[in-house]
This record gives sequence, C-alpha cells and structure tokens, in this order.
Amino acid sequence: MNKDIYILGIETSCDETAASIVKNGTEIISNVVASQIESHKRFGGVVPEIASRHHVEQITLVIEEALQLAAMEPHQLNAVAVTEGPGLVGALLIGVNAAKAFAFAHQLPLVGVHHIAGHIYANRLEQEMEFPLLALVISGGHTELIYMKEHGDFTVIGETRDDAAGEAYDKVARTLDLPYPGGPHIDRLAHASDEAIAFPRIWLEEGSYDFSFSGLKSSVLNYMHNAAQRGEKIAPEHVAAGFQNSVVEVVTGKMLRAAEEYKVQQVIAAGGVAANKGLRSSLESVFKEKEIPFYIPSLPLCTDNAAMIAAAGTVMYEKGLYGTMAMNGRPGMPLTSWI
Amino acid sequence: MIYLGIDTSNSPLALALIEDGKVLIEETSNLKINHSLTAMPAIEEMMKKAKVAPADLTHIAVAEGPGSYTGVRIGLTIAKTLAWSLKIPLHPVSSLKVLAANGQGFEGLVCPLMDARRGTAFIGLYEGSSLMPVIGDQHSDVKEFLLKVKEFNRPVLFTGMDVSLHEALISEVLGETAHFSGMQNRLPRASNLILLAQESPESNVHHAVPEYRRITEAEANYNKAQEGQPL
Repeated sequence: MNKDIYILGIETSCDETAASIVKNGTEIISNVVASQIESHKRFGGVVPEIASRHHVEQITLVIEEALQLAAMEPHQLNAVAVTEGPGLVGALLIGVNAAKAFAFAHQLPLVGVHHIAGHIYANRLEQEMEFPLLALVISGGHTELIYMKEHGDFTVIGETRDDAAGEAYDKVARTLDLPYPGGPHIDRLAHASDEAIAFPRIWLEEGSYDFSFSGLKSSVLNYMHNAAQRGEKIAPEHVAAGFQNSVVEVVTGKMLRAAEEYKVQQVIAAGGVAANKGLRSSLESVFKEKEIPFYIPSLPLCTDNAAMIAAAGTVMYEKGLYGTMAMNGRPGMPLTSWI
Repeated sequence: MIYLGIDTSNSPLALALIEDGKVLIEETSNLKINHSLTAMPAIEEMMKKAKVAPADLTHIAVAEGPGSYTGVRIGLTIAKTLAWSLKIPLHPVSSLKVLAANGQGFEGLVCPLMDARRGTAFIGLYEGSSLMPVIGDQHSDVKEFLLKVKEFNRPVLFTGMDVSLHEALISEVLGETAHFSGMQNRLPRASNLILLAQESPESNVHHAVPEYRRITEAEANYNKAQEGQPL
C-alpha cells in the first residue's frame, strides 16, 4: 500500500503570499493566502518593491498558519514545493529562500515548481486530470495554451505575443476610470450591457494559436480618444462589452480549434481571468456542445495560491525532481516538461 | 548554545557560528555574488564543516538593514524561517552597527556607512568605546550628515566598504579628525554580529522586518502627489 504524501507549497511570485499543505497531490489540507491587493490599489498596479516588502513581513506567518490549520508538524511533511518562476524576481526569492531555509532546517527535499504548471495542476485538487489535455492559463501575467500528453509533459502551443489578457483588461479598465484591478469591473459592466461596440478580433495568421491583445487595447483607446475629440459621451458598458466580446470570441475560438485538432480528453482553464463570467460561460457552452469535458477550478484556486504549487510539486516529488540549496528565483523561467 | 550569524545586507556575505562564546567558524566573502543563490549553500557548507546540524542551533543573529533592499530581505527571510521553524530566538542587529563593531575600542566616534547613490548613504554614528548609537541609523545626504558629525569635534573612524567613495568629501569636511579603517576592517564580520546579538533582545520572529530606513520610490511619489492635493 502506498503511503500518503504531504507537501508544503509556498507561492510568492507576485502579490499574494501563500502557503498550503496538500495530500497526495489532490486533497487540500490547508490553504492560506495573504493578499496585498489593498496595498497596491492606490498605485493602480503591483509595485514590485512593495510586494517584496510585504512578502518578507508575511512569509513565516502564512507558513505557520498553513501548518496549524493542518495540525501538522514539519517532520510529517514529505517535501517543500515552491514557485521558482516566472514572476517578479524580488518577490520570488522571498518564497524560494524561505522554502530553502525550511527544507534545510527539517532536512526535507525541496522542489522548484513552474507557476504555470501550478495553475494547471490547481484543477487536480477538484477534478482528476485526463490526458491528453488542453489547458488555458489566463491571468494578469500570462495567456498560454498548453497541450499535455501526460503528467509533467507540457507543450506550449500558443501564447500572447504582447500583453497578457489580464493586463489588457486592467489597461482598458483604467481608461474607463474603473478601479484596480479592473477585470471584474469590465466583466460586470459587459454582463449588464445590452449593446456592444464592434472592436476587431485579433486572430493573427491562419492556424496560429498565439494571442495578441495590445492591438485590441489600442482600438479601444482610439475609440475613446476619437469620441472625446468629437465631444461625444461614451457608454462605458458598451465599450466593456465590446472589448470583452472580442477577447472571449478569440480565446474560445482558438481553444475549440486546438481541442479538436489535438483530440483531447479534457479541457481546463486556470488563472485569474478564468474567473471571468463572460469567458467562463462561453467556454462552458461550446465544450458542452462538442461533448468535451471542460473544467475551471473554483475562484480561490483560479487566482494565485500555494495549493496549486503543492499539487504540481507532488508529481515532481514522486518523480524525484528535487532542487538544491542553490535554487534561485527565476523571473523568466521557461515551462519545460518533467519527463 | 550555538549562534548562527547571517549578514547579507550588502554585497559581502558574512556568516559565523559561535558555540558558548567560542568562534567555531567565520566566513566573509566580498565577491559580489547573488545572495539568493549562494547564502543557503554557504550556510549548509559552513555548518557541515563545523559539524553542526540545524537542530543544534539555539539562536539566530541577523543583520536587519539598512543596506541593499533585496540583500537585507534574503538574510532576514532565511533567518526568520530558520528561527521560527526551529523554534529558537531571533536577534536582529543593525547592519551599520555590525560595521561599527569593526572600530570598537576606537577612542572617539565610529561612523559606518554604505553608499546609496546620488551623494547619499545609509549612515550612522556610534560611540567607539561602547558602540552606543550617537546619531541613529538613517538614509542621508552624505555631506549633510558629515556636518552634523563635525559638531562633535571629536576623532571619527569611518568604516564600511564604500568609505573609499566618499573619502575625499569626508577629509574635506572633517579634516584631521577623520580617520579611516584599514581595508581589512571595512567588511562586516558575522562574529561581531553574533556578539552584538547576545546583548540585544530577541525579537518576535513573525514581526521582525527589515529596517530599510527609506520608503519606496512609489510611496514617496504617492505621498508627494497626496500633499499636492488641496484638502
């Protein structure tokens, strides 16, 4: 009989300080997230130096709470998994150094996890993964389509060539004078609107699974600018709906085509923008129609968290993929397969 | 009792282990290496050499800043995590005081400094005999600080690896009262850090935070913008 595996996950790649304990890569025992969003709001975005300052204030508190909620002692853990990259360098290295010190203090194996792999494995905490699989990771920092033949096998088949989707959402929201972070506000306005401005769909060259959002963002800005010059009042909800329709149509279209081309057994979405209602309902309806199982993790597992790092770290641990005390935060870490 | 001392607050890396008042091992490197990458391997290697296991540690001493923001955070993150998870006391000590300890016994004042660009420095003033602070650690225009130091009209020993950058200005302002430590006494030593830690109170591990002595640029700009607004 296999023994249960308990992994401590640590995540500090952006503006959440998070720690979690996960059993067997599938079951959350504890999941603690200290968000800094209130602190960054006044600056209209994440300030890296301030994010790093908060991480060092929170890190031991968050790890302690994760252990306490799990009623576990360090020696009961099998390993420590930490986000090694990508992300903000100063933020990453708080988590990495805390993980190294913790692993050293208790002589535990250390596992360095790619943030995107974590987002994909967040799904496994609610729904076992079936391969081959197509995953969309869509957030303020990432927009990637990933094909997986099996556990730990990642092929990036499409990614953004400029802004991440969430970044475009935030920028459009700022021009509409919506508070930071703007994504949920655009989603809400779009949802309530009965009309949508026709903005272009950026499909790129035929057959490409890549994305581009900066052109769409510029179209929105131009529209606002021209309206202002003509002295016309714009309806923010029409702009929000037009922008969101364009994003949703392109993302849904590319995902559907990829799912069919790669004949996948399962489609998953993850990342903060996957919580977007418009995107979620569009994806749900097309994959239902095509009878391809489609899953999005619940909101706390869509946004940055450490349970997803522990979940991905469990599979790496089982494969013996340990890091050393020389692990460092890697802001531009590429997503590579574990097999 | 075994103390581990960690100072990563500037480009030098200083580590030491002291057992019952005896220095077991002490390492100082000045290689402009990346602390995030090298501090933990160096700690692991040093403890292996000294045959000290993590569970043998009874106290952690750490340089709490000021200094390089990232450097201070790396040392403090490692020290906090070790102290908290091993359930042992954490003793943060001013990084400038650690430098000032290089001049302990000097008959006069000791002024440790770290360059912070644009003619500014992280700088403090300590009594040579006792290492009691005379002017608190701060981020200051170097010349302005030197003018305050001048008012004491006492011999002053300058220490810290960045002293050479400001040597001409220091001599110009203070003349013959200015003394300079030898280059071997300008790097932080973790044995000094531990000795100072033994005199300083232990800190609540979770609440120990870097002493940056300077707010971030984003906050400074934000504050300026706020002040510019009518009430």
